[in-house]
Amino acid sequence: MSLEKEIHFRVNGNLTSVEVPVTMNALAMIRDRLKLTGTKRGCEEGECGSCTILVDGVSVNACLMFAVDCDGRDLTTIEGIRTAEGLSPLQKLFVEEWAVQCGFCTPGMVMQGTYLLSQNREMSVEDIKRGIEGNLCRCTGYKKVIAAIAGALHATPRRGEEKEDS
Amino acid sequence: MTVIEKQTLIGKAIPKLDGPKKVTGEARYVQDIELPRMLFAKILRSSRVHARIVRIDTSAARKLPGVHAVITAADTPGVPLGHGKDNPPLKSDKVRSLRDEVAAVAAESEDIAERALSLIEVDYEDLPAVFDPNAALLDDAPVIHESHPDNIPFTYEYSQGDVGQGERDSDVVIEDKFTLHFVTHCCMGVSGAVAQFDADDNLTVYSQTQVPFLYKKDIAPIIDVPPEKIRVIQPSIGGGFGSKLDIYPFEPICILLARATRRPVKLTFTREEEFLASPTRQPVELTLRSGVKKDGTLTFRDVATVHDNGAYTSWGATTPFVIMQTISSLYRVPHCSYRTTVVYTNNPYSGSFRGFGNLQATFAVESHMDKLAEAVAMDPLAFRLQNAQQPGETTPQGMVFRSCGLAECLTTAAERSGFVEKHARYSRYGRGQNGQGGPVKRGVGIASLLHVGGGAKIYRSDGCGTMLKIDDYGHVTVLTGASEIGQGSETVIAQFVAEELGLPISSISVVNDDSELTPWDVGVHASRTTFIAGNSAQRAARKAREKLLAAAATKLELSAEELDLREGNVTRADTGEALLELPRLIRSLHFAKKSEVVMTAEYYEPPSVPQDKEFKGDVSASYAFGTQVVELEVDTETGVIRIVKVTAAHDVGRVINSLGIQGQIEGGVAMGMGYAISEHLLVDEGVIQNPCFRDYKLVTAPEMPEIDMHFIETLDPEGPSGAKGVGEAPAICIAAAVVNAVYNATGTRFDSLPLTPERVLRRLKNHA
Repeated sequence: MSLEKEIHFRVNGNLTSVEVPVTMNALAMIRDRLKLTGTKRGCEEGECGSCTILVDGVSVNACLMFAVDCDGRDLTTIEGIRTAEGLSPLQKLFVEEWAVQCGFCTPGMVMQGTYLLSQNREMSVEDIKRGIEGNLCRCTGYKKVIAAIAGALHATPRRGEEKEDS
Repeated sequence: MTVIEKQTLIGKAIPKLDGPKKVTGEARYVQDIELPRMLFAKILRSSRVHARIVRIDTSAARKLPGVHAVITAADTPGVPLGHGKDNPPLKSDKVRSLRDEVAAVAAESEDIAERALSLIEVDYEDLPAVFDPNAALLDDAPVIHESHPDNIPFTYEYSQGDVGQGERDSDVVIEDKFTLHFVTHCCMGVSGAVAQFDADDNLTVYSQTQVPFLYKKDIAPIIDVPPEKIRVIQPSIGGGFGSKLDIYPFEPICILLARATRRPVKLTFTREEEFLASPTRQPVELTLRSGVKKDGTLTFRDVATVHDNGAYTSWGATTPFVIMQTISSLYRVPHCSYRTTVVYTNNPYSGSFRGFGNLQATFAVESHMDKLAEAVAMDPLAFRLQNAQQPGETTPQGMVFRSCGLAECLTTAAERSGFVEKHARYSRYGRGQNGQGGPVKRGVGIASLLHVGGGAKIYRSDGCGTMLKIDDYGHVTVLTGASEIGQGSETVIAQFVAEELGLPISSISVVNDDSELTPWDVGVHASRTTFIAGNSAQRAARKAREKLLAAAATKLELSAEELDLREGNVTRADTGEALLELPRLIRSLHFAKKSEVVMTAEYYEPPSVPQDKEFKGDVSASYAFGTQVVELEVDTETGVIRIVKVTAAHDVGRVINSLGIQGQIEGGVAMGMGYAISEHLLVDEGVIQNPCFRDYKLVTAPEMPEIDMHFIETLDPEGPSGAKGVGEAPAICIAAAVVNAVYNATGTRFDSLPLTPERVLRRLKNHA
């Protein structure tokens, strides 16, 4: 039997605690324990970006992070991006620009795009391309994903999406 | 008076209907399905490339707590699967490749299932193996299937005219051998299935299949369940590209475990397993001899190919159907001969993959077109234009080009990219002449394509059914047989229906994921869905329109011809004056004395015909053409190729959704680029060396070039609103354009792919 540990963290704004094996990765915890299946398992070795989440506002491949390391952290998954107000400006642009085909990479792309937008609202197209280099897509050729993220640079961020001045 | 202007949705940038559920993570894929009491399955695969199975002992695995079933071939009906019906879902006598399925487990968790696999003992007796298809053709080669002692499951022969005559007519004859490599689909969603039997032995399978109706028929004997008791539900599919066109062993295994345990069973691959055990694009060795007259007229083509089938026969074995089309009919060639030998080896087996043989064929044909042009001192564009197919032509293979934009694609792509001038300039500068001596050489290359654009009649029917109902709020539900695999068929089908009924796109729901509800369709393949399912949906909607207008005419005491449907209203056709809200009209039908509902159905069968025994016939109702010009840089010190710009002109018939069609082209260019410069499934003695994304290089965002797209609208007479299929086309000719551009840049011509830095550098060094 593998060792288990109880951890406490915030996910999509809600305080949560779970007991997880110390060998479990954050992706398995998010999908299999928390049933947040919007985060996709594409390769489980940090190569495809389908499982991108935000941990304390920083984008992370959930498959490369131990679940126990989520203890005390603030997680955002794709389920936390759409709010009661509706789709985020970036999500809307993904839909409008047809940046989605099969959609399997899309949650990871949206999370990475959300992260990039939170860091720099003056990104160039080259910055965006480099910013999503770790997110593989087999359908779209990335063009419309890049266009959606670039378009969101000009959209008004929702509350909480602005970069915090520190 | 309210006046409603006539508007159209055709050609518009309509957002993708399944977009919101996909950007929020709400879309459910097979991986996300969870049913009460569900078990998890894992497959034990062969550890040998070719061996006799001496003994399988599953007793220890069965005893492991949490294990509910362990099955081997003895627990299956023993019926082989796949297009060639040569692949038992679980192997009993011998294994023929490293991926071969030997046993499978259903357990409480994936971890337990994996531990159980490690407890299964299998004794093998190794057999001599063969990995090179040419070696497999030798008399003393190991036999892969006893049913085929010569290792040849299929051969194809096609001819038109008289190649001998063509050769006598030629001023120049050239011959080359092209070698194409293994690549694989890399769907971002790995393979998987969930199977469940109910108390009445009805099977529900959550499947990723692209062909739900053929699937029922094909899988039924393998699992010994009558097709009428099989319900196929297709959750969102994480990429298809042809990979989900056949039945693969994992699905019957999942179903057989569900029956053995009487519990729902889920089976999903790991990414490594996806690389090891999903289909590939078939490697082809293609010897091409072509002739030309001094005036630039093509005289003949003589082609022999050897296909590495791998250990079993899936759709990869039938790609010669498409290969011979490009050889015989992309350009006008009076005399043609084509022979293919499909050969069993102990390699991974090949399936269907976007383009279906056409990437390989077009690579060879379009490389040769450049060489022939050079041989007769013509520029590559003028040479192609001189030999290009024209509208109205019937090719010697029997294809009828009722619409054909090839010449316009060629001139548009060339003009917009400045091809002719650049090609002449780079060939002088790029090769270090005229003083441009830097290490980075620029080149430009052109290539065209022909592909089916209106389905392909390879079954007795190439049709698609639609059922349509309108409720008393004016909301339309369209039930279509056509599957959505991400390409956007759902949105396009909704557009056709909304257009006929004068409704906003938000008034249309499309149901396309449940065989219990949807009418028959061949499946998503052959770039057929917009064309076939679109025609079907359009016609079903027209029937509903006629019914509504007739009812409105009676009610309003006008003739139906005087009326139109616009924005949810019945209007006057001439002035647009709104006369009656559609929901009110429908309610009046429901509550009339002779009440009725508004429901229609249509089965559209395209006017194509199956090929005859000589492979001749008008097999598609429409044909797609396209030209792509690639501009690139070759760093002669590192071997790195950077694709700078792709100018793509495609004969799409008519644009239905501008965003959707751009998406197909952009994605096709990325996939074709990967085939050309970076993707290579390395198979060494039957063992895949790079089963991960770190070592199998998909194109990433920073590598994407500028793409300049042009849509050539030829308004196909049979296409829905003039459209033709474009799903596969954009991936087909880019590899040829890339090698032509590399030649333009460096003077070195490649006859194999991919053009990775190592291979490019080695060749350039040897060449210098």
